[in-house]
Amino acid sequence: MGGQQRVYRQRIRSTQSLKKIFRAMELIAASRIGRARANVTATTPYARAITRAVSAVATHANVNHPLTSDRHDTNRVAILVVTSDRGMAGAYSASAIREAERLAGKLAGEGKEIALYASGRRAVSYFTFRERPLVRTWTGSSDAPTAAIAEEISDALLAAFLAPADEGGVGELHVVYTQFVNMVTQRPRVIRMLPLEVVEGVVEPGDEALPLYEFEPSADDVLDALLPRYIRTRIHSCLLEAAASELAARQRAMHTATDNAEDLIRMYTRLANQARQSEITQEISEIVSGADALASS
Amino acid sequence: MAHLEVELVDAEGRVWSGQATMVTAPTVEGEIGILVGHEPLLAVLRAGEVRVKPLEGPVVRGTVTGGFLSVDDDVVTLVADEAVVVPGTGASTR
Repeated sequence: MGGQQRVYRQRIRSTQSLKKIFRAMELIAASRIGRARANVTATTPYARAITRAVSAVATHANVNHPLTSDRHDTNRVAILVVTSDRGMAGAYSASAIREAERLAGKLAGEGKEIALYASGRRAVSYFTFRERPLVRTWTGSSDAPTAAIAEEISDALLAAFLAPADEGGVGELHVVYTQFVNMVTQRPRVIRMLPLEVVEGVVEPGDEALPLYEFEPSADDVLDALLPRYIRTRIHSCLLEAAASELAARQRAMHTATDNAEDLIRMYTRLANQARQSEITQEISEIVSGADALASS
Repeated sequence: MAHLEVELVDAEGRVWSGQATMVTAPTVEGEIGILVGHEPLLAVLRAGEVRVKPLEGPVVRGTVTGGFLSVDDDVVTLVADEAVVVPGTGASTR
C-alpha cells in the first residue's frame, strides 16, 4: 500500500537530516579537539614553573600554611564535579557523575558532610533534578575553559576552604574530572586538591637539586602568593583536560551515531523498496486476476 | 657570551621567550634588575611593566598583573597571572 511506502520515505528523510547533524557535530568536535589539546600543552610552562617554585619554597621554608594543614574543626568536604554543558558526548558526563556519586558515598560513609560544586550544565541538571543542594555552579564554558573561569572556581573553593567552620567552611576539596589519556580513552578521575599534600616529591626524582633561593620579600610571603596560584593552575589544567576529554568523547559518540544513522537509512531503504515491489506485484496480480475473471465469464 | 634565558609565561601559555642581557621587573619591594650571574631568587611580582633587553633588537616591554619571578642559573622565569607584550616591541625570538 502507498501508506507503507510513505512512512518509510519519511523515516529515511528524518534519519538523513539527523545524520547530517551528527556528522556536523563530529566535525566540529574534531576541529576543536586540536585546539583543546594545544591549550593543555600551552599551560604546561606555567604549571611547571609554579610547581618548581612551590617545591623550591617547600624545601627551604617551614611549610606550615593553612592550605597545607588538615582541618579538624569541620567535617564538611567539598566535591567539584566537572562535566560538559551539553550532551551528545556518549557516557562522558554520566561517568564523571557516577564517579562523583561513588566518592560522595564513600565520604558520607566516613561521616562527612558533602558540599557539592558543579561545573557544566549536565552536572547541574543531574543534581537539581534529584533535589541535591549545590553550593555553587559554573556553566557555559565547559568545552573551552579560560583562565578567568579557573580563577573564579578556585577563588570560590579556596574561600570555602579558608572560611570558618560555622560559615560553611570545608575541610577537604576533591575534584572529579575526566582525564584525557588519548583520543580513545578518557578516564574519570578523583584527586584530592586540598589540603595540599606535602609538596616534596613534586619535583621528579633525578631532577638536579634545587639551589638555595633568595626570597623577596620573605619565604612565607612567596609561599602565600604561590599556593593559591598553584591551586588555580591545577584546577585550570583539570578543566582543560576535561574539555579535551569532552570533545574526544563527543567526536566518538557522534561518529558512532553517524554510522548508526547510515545503517538505519540502508535498512529503511530496503524496506521501502520491498514495500514498493510488493505493491507492484499485488497490482499486477489484481489486474491479471481481474482480466482472467472477465475472460472466463 | 653569557646571557639570560628568559621566559614570560601566563596561565594561558607562553607569552615571550628568548635570550636577553637584562630583565627588569616590578616586585612588591620595588623594581628589580637582573643581569647574568644573579643569585637564585624567588620574588613576588606586583602589577607593572616588565622590560627585557634581548641579545639583539629593541627592548621588549610587557605588562603583568602580578605573579612571581624566579631566577636560577641564568634562567629567568616570569610567571604572571596575565601578561601582555606591548605590540611592536619585538617578537619572540623562538
